[in-house]
Amino acid sequence: MKILVLLSQVPDTTARIAFTENDTRFDANGVQFIVNPYDEWYALVRALELNEASGGSVTTVTVGPADVEPTIRKGLAIGADEAVRIDAQPVDGLQVAELIAAYAKDKGFELILAGKETIDHNGGQVGGMVAELLDLPYVPMASKLDVADGKATVERDVPGGLEVLEAKLPLVLSTAKGMAEQRIPNMRGIMAARTKPLNVSPAGPVTGAAETTKFQLPPAKGAVKLIDAEEAGKLIELLHNEAKVI
Amino acid sequence: MSVVAFIDTRGSKVPKASAEALTYARRIADAEGGDVVAVTFGDAQGLGALGAHGASKVIVARHVKHVDGQQLTRLVAAVAESSGAKTVVCVHDATGKAVAPRVAARLKAGHVPGALDIPENGQVKRNVFSGKAQAWVLTTSERRVLSLMPNSVAASSDGGEAAVEEFTGDLGAAGVTVKEVKQAGEGIPLPEADIVVSAGRGMKGPEHWGPVEELARTLGAATACSRPVADMDWRPHHEHVGQTGVAIRPNCYIAIGISGAIQHLAGVNQSKVIAVINKDPEAPFFKAADYGIVGDAFEVLPKLIEAAKKLKAEQ
Ligand SMILES: Cc1cc2nc3c(=O)[nH]c(=O)nc-3n(C[C@H](O)[C@H](O)[C@H](O)COP(=O)(O)OP(=O)(O)OC[C@H]3O[C@@H](n4cnc5c(N)ncnc54)[C@H](O)[C@@H]3O)c2cc1C
Repeated sequence: MKILVLLSQVPDTTARIAFTENDTRFDANGVQFIVNPYDEWYALVRALELNEASGGSVTTVTVGPADVEPTIRKGLAIGADEAVRIDAQPVDGLQVAELIAAYAKDKGFELILAGKETIDHNGGQVGGMVAELLDLPYVPMASKLDVADGKATVERDVPGGLEVLEAKLPLVLSTAKGMAEQRIPNMRGIMAARTKPLNVSPAGPVTGAAETTKFQLPPAKGAVKLIDAEEAGKLIELLHNEAKVI
Repeated sequence: MSVVAFIDTRGSKVPKASAEALTYARRIADAEGGDVVAVTFGDAQGLGALGAHGASKVIVARHVKHVDGQQLTRLVAAVAESSGAKTVVCVHDATGKAVAPRVAARLKAGHVPGALDIPENGQVKRNVFSGKAQAWVLTTSERRVLSLMPNSVAASSDGGEAAVEEFTGDLGAAGVTVKEVKQAGEGIPLPEADIVVSAGRGMKGPEHWGPVEELARTLGAATACSRPVADMDWRPHHEHVGQTGVAIRPNCYIAIGISGAIQHLAGVNQSKVIAVINKDPEAPFFKAADYGIVGDAFEVLPKLIEAAKKLKAEQ
């Protein structure tokens, strides 16, 4: 199958979160960047697994400036055939989706896979927007995907249960836990990644519908109230009478 | 200006998040002087009662039985057009995520996923960096889609009866077919739970989960776990909370034998009250906790169960 995987660059999960320029920008100073875990562990690995069974190609696409290139090379090291970078500073979900949809249109991708959200903006919106712009079906937060005879069988968690769905290809999915297991790139993969294509595609026009104007760190938590282990039962009493949450 | 609220009404009663979304839409409509038009699908009866939460009118597409993002997007966009609404409210959950981004793309509207409050000067607050910070999003488009984070707004229910209208227009073919819906076992679904009892590697092995489950049952809580616990198959994967698992925001999160790694906290730091039981006084989780017990889980749990049973017996 010809599969497109949406890869985004995010700060490492342990990165210190701070803001600059009057709290209008993320402070990237000293921050290590990684591929968004959902994109890497679930979307990319499942794409590779499906093609290991049936043949095909996996292209990753990222909207970002040149400095994301070292991060997205990791997708090639894990096994993608080609990486594409759309040359624009990501501002908003709709802008990113419009750029990706414009790139993907008419290229014949049978599957487009995203992570369920990024761990920085937590929007979970780009996959659905790409699907709408390309007029394709979309299933968010899929935990299982199999493809046979041009048809996909998908599972996803819904409140109180699990939905089993069927859809014809082409199809757009966002992927969540259960979809695949993380793969650590090996030396051969890392070497091969150096010679695999990383193509840069210019950005076309976008709508520009939303922007983040200000960030704020949450107020510091008050000190923890400690209860003696011998009188552990008091915790229940405090949660009931003082915090009033049970 | 009218506000359109797309909500799920399937199930035996109105889902809590749907009542919250209507209340939220009502507050926006009141601020702007307009009506709330609720849009829904499926077989639910007695939809006029949605007026209690703020809907003036309910438009229902009876022929759509399951969440099909394409059909529902056409439905919501059609109602937004016909009612002249500038704001579409959805819920940031499994149903809303299939529809809201599509509606935004279709209407060329700015989308705020996981909105926490009503707009202030056109700006809407939301969580970013997995709960480690908050951000304000300004929508600059003519229309906007706001997906409300469940548990952010208290649902009101003091309104009257809403008029109900069936939508019979053509919504095109469904893109996905639902083959089967498997109901989860008994117990409270984790994302909806008000109280969550969660345990980690400190429990030493799956055979020790009895008291964790007993405490949860007694409190009417859902159970959750840390990632290694799910990875080792001590507990089912859907219980894994954190950055790479489920993000939850219950009123009360009780963490037992969990160290409180930053990736774990990312999924639970929006809980209203956090209580931590850990034998290591240096465990990072205590820094994020409201209440803490430094002690051995195996000694503390029986005491908690006893106290919880006593409390329930008194209630
Ligand atoms: C990219 C990435 C994503 C991740 N995502 C997640 C995620 O989504 N969710 C998640 O949970 N983790 C996640 N992790 C893993 C995370 O970093 C921690 O390793 C994990 O949360 C630790 O789980 P734990 O607290 O159960 O185990 P441990 O770290 O082993 O902690 C066990 C705790 O139990 C205490 N303890 C031991 N015995 C007892 C006893 N008898 N009584 C009381 N306390 C006791 C110990 O003092 C210790 O604090 C992620 C890691 C990475 C790198």
